Amino acid sequence: MNFKTVGVVGVGNIGSGVLASLVLHGIRAVAVDVSEKSLETARAGILQTVRLAPVLRKDAPKLTRNEVLERIAFTTRLEEVSTCEFIIENVTEDWAVKKPIYERLDRIASAGVCFGANTSCISITRIGSATSRPDKVIGIHFMNPVHMMPTVEVIRGQHTSAETLATLNRLLAQLKKEAIVVNDLPGFVSNRISHLFMNEAAFVFQDGLATAAQIDAIFKKCFGHKMGPLETADLIGLDTVVSSLDVLYDSFKDSKFRCCPLLRKMVEAGHCGRKSGRGFHVY
Amino acid sequence: MNDSKNVKDIVRNFINNSINIDALGDDEDLFETGLINSLFAVQLMTFVERKFGVEIGGDDLHIDNFKSVSATAAFVVRKSSGQVA
Repeated sequence: MNFKTVGVVGVGNIGSGVLASLVLHGIRAVAVDVSEKSLETARAGILQTVRLAPVLRKDAPKLTRNEVLERIAFTTRLEEVSTCEFIIENVTEDWAVKKPIYERLDRIASAGVCFGANTSCISITRIGSATSRPDKVIGIHFMNPVHMMPTVEVIRGQHTSAETLATLNRLLAQLKKEAIVVNDLPGFVSNRISHLFMNEAAFVFQDGLATAAQIDAIFKKCFGHKMGPLETADLIGLDTVVSSLDVLYDSFKDSKFRCCPLLRKMVEAGHCGRKSGRGFHVY
Repeated sequence: MNDSKNVKDIVRNFINNSINIDALGDDEDLFETGLINSLFAVQLMTFVERKFGVEIGGDDLHIDNFKSVSATAAFVVRKSSGQVA
């Protein structure tokens, strides 16, 4: 049975991407965030992403503005996800923010509904522990831009059931995405490794070894990566990168995850990367 | 009025500044050469709309319109003259 309505909690960068992807695949959504301003920013971004999607993907439908807006209910009331068949959470990478949301979602959503945690680093087992349904909590690490990336990292928490994994696979099949399923420790596979790259690239830049363009060029032209570590950090958002590094540091108590001071300073200066027009590069 | 030479210069500048390459040929296929990714394609299209006041409509949603500096400039000029007429 196909999913008809999915709840998306947190509509920043990646949440907006998830919403665009849902809409492009004919799935309705309830989009929740804390302020009308965040919802308005998301609405504009989603409309632009969906409108231009056919240029980048021949199979993307050409949807009118009204068709897109009809498929998404934007709201600041978390209770409105109560009718959703699956809930994807993408709020700030901060346990103090996530925990109360999961406690509320647990009360709001029907007993059978699964929660997909689109977290960068926080352990899925820990997230599951905030609910009475840890078997129905699973990690979904979507990649940016969500509607273009065919693969997601899926994380099985300690108590995640085989049924929940099967449910998520049905949703991913509707979104035409493939899952790589891994086990649970903070940062999983992707961010535990990628954040070391990004953080060390920031240290290299801080130490004046090379320009940001040079550092990225070495990864692209020498290693054959599609993007360099600093432009990837800019894309993710430097605030999110710092939060993720802090989670990794706290979780492993390993100094290799200490956040580069320059990264933290850039975030404090409001230079958070692509979304704020300036990070290691200017946009 | 968006004349061809002017438009080409502005588009070339935007792409050069964004992807930091030394010598970009006007007819070089940005996608085939792997010079730009899907994220940048969206940035380029958004830039074109804002800078030149043209709208990328349903029939324009084709990668050929934005595959090179020349193609993008030609698209802008075509859309601009269409609007004037």
